[in-house]
Amino acid sequence: MALLELSDVHARYGPISALHGVSLGVDEGAIVALLGANGAGKTTTLRAISSTVRKTGEITFDGHDISRRAPEDVARLGIAHVPEGRGTLGQLTVWENLRMGAYVRRGGASKVDYDRVCGYFSWIPARRNQVAATLSGGEQQMLAIARALMMRPRLLLLDEPSLGLAPIVVQEIFKIIRAVNEQDKVTVLVVEQNASIALQAAAHAYVLEVGKVAVSGTSAELQKDEAVRRSYLGY
Amino acid sequence: MLSLIQQVISGIATGGIYASLALALVLVYRAMDVANFAQGEMATFSTFISYSLIEYAHIDFWLAFVITILISFGLGVVIERALIRPFEGAPVLTLLIVTLGLFTAFNGVTGLIWGYVFKSYRGGFPDQPIQFGGLYLNTQDLGVLGVVLVMLLLLYLFFTRTKAGLAMRAASLYPDSSRLLGVRVGWMLALGWGLASAVGAVSGMLVAPIIFLDPNMMQAILLFAFTAAVLGGIESVLGAVVGGVAVGILMALVGTYIPGGQDLRLAFGLIVIVVVLLVRPAGLFGRATVKRV
Repeated sequence: MALLELSDVHARYGPISALHGVSLGVDEGAIVALLGANGAGKTTTLRAISSTVRKTGEITFDGHDISRRAPEDVARLGIAHVPEGRGTLGQLTVWENLRMGAYVRRGGASKVDYDRVCGYFSWIPARRNQVAATLSGGEQQMLAIARALMMRPRLLLLDEPSLGLAPIVVQEIFKIIRAVNEQDKVTVLVVEQNASIALQAAAHAYVLEVGKVAVSGTSAELQKDEAVRRSYLGY
Repeated sequence: MLSLIQQVISGIATGGIYASLALALVLVYRAMDVANFAQGEMATFSTFISYSLIEYAHIDFWLAFVITILISFGLGVVIERALIRPFEGAPVLTLLIVTLGLFTAFNGVTGLIWGYVFKSYRGGFPDQPIQFGGLYLNTQDLGVLGVVLVMLLLLYLFFTRTKAGLAMRAASLYPDSSRLLGVRVGWMLALGWGLASAVGAVSGMLVAPIIFLDPNMMQAILLFAFTAAVLGGIESVLGAVVGGVAVGILMALVGTYIPGGQDLRLAFGLIVIVVVLLVRPAGLFGRATVKRV
């Protein structure tokens, strides 16, 4: 059974409807990509999962219905959402950001978790007391992932980790996402506009079009799909 | 010259009291961007509770002090949950009106319970002068300063070292991100009100031995606390303290050296507020808010 399942999820911002019945599943241990153009509903789908948008429909996580839980309760189940804009706690230091990441963990941030996170991001110890807002964009994205990992999540929701970053930084971030998935067995659902890099990392992908899943399949299938290639991969 | 130093020292002590009430204002302001006009009356109410504990339950001052702080903390939390939370997301003006309502409610209830007769309140420190060089220092003043410093240290440790303190800062600055990290933001705001109420109670219990205890005793002090908070930067904890001490010194000097100054002190508070808002709206330690367009 899938770790996360959405069925017929509708969501709206005031009078504007953003999702028109999204259904998708994410298997435990997988990296799944959610692709689509601007305004297709990718971000809204993540927000529906973390309960930060009004929605209807069924969302189950590990067999539990989470569609009616408050955002903080969804987080407490082990779903770490790195939102659009990275959710950096800008006035706090790097270390304080990581401590907040571990907020739901009993006893707070542990040495074990901190060391594990520093294993992925070796620059963190030297910058521990730096105010987060003064980090570069790439570093802030890495800090956002590091903060999410401090929670020891079962499911990591990433909203456009490549946004505004140089290609080399994007490569590095996706390398780390794969390592996190393999070594820590964290399931990942990643929203991307950069379809080619997302399909390299993900085993499975969904393509959203105007608030609905238009195409889905394994990454290999989608890479071969004529329409997907022309619309999202650009070759 | 000696008299000047004397005035400055007593100004610093009074400033400590302004600073603690200003700190209470800042704690609420940081949590929800609203000035709590009822902060002074809540502090008065707390001070009366300690008065009853001391006079009627015959509890030692310092024990009553601690019990009052705890009760005030609970009171602040309950008020936030019951009266402020229903207005979550409402315009700031609505919240201001609610705090004004709280102001009159607390003032009335305090008068109803304890009456309007001025009461003398014996604090935790003897009122004795100590001679130091050519200066006369008052144990009362020194005690006030000591209590304020200890309180500041505890607040600093709370906000930087504890999980709850860090979460409170995160929740007030970044409510959306904090929710995603599992923080119950609403409760953090209530905690902010609780802390503010506790800190305000300390200011009331420090000032009552100096002036008399009556239901209106904190009103002038609230104005000086606002002056202090605006001067220091309404969002800055350090600013509240520096602002409080600065206002304390200024008022001591105005009261002593300007003819009729005692009566003009409130007017000077107003002048300070106006000048700060015109020249440096963010205050001494506040950050100017930069909005990206």
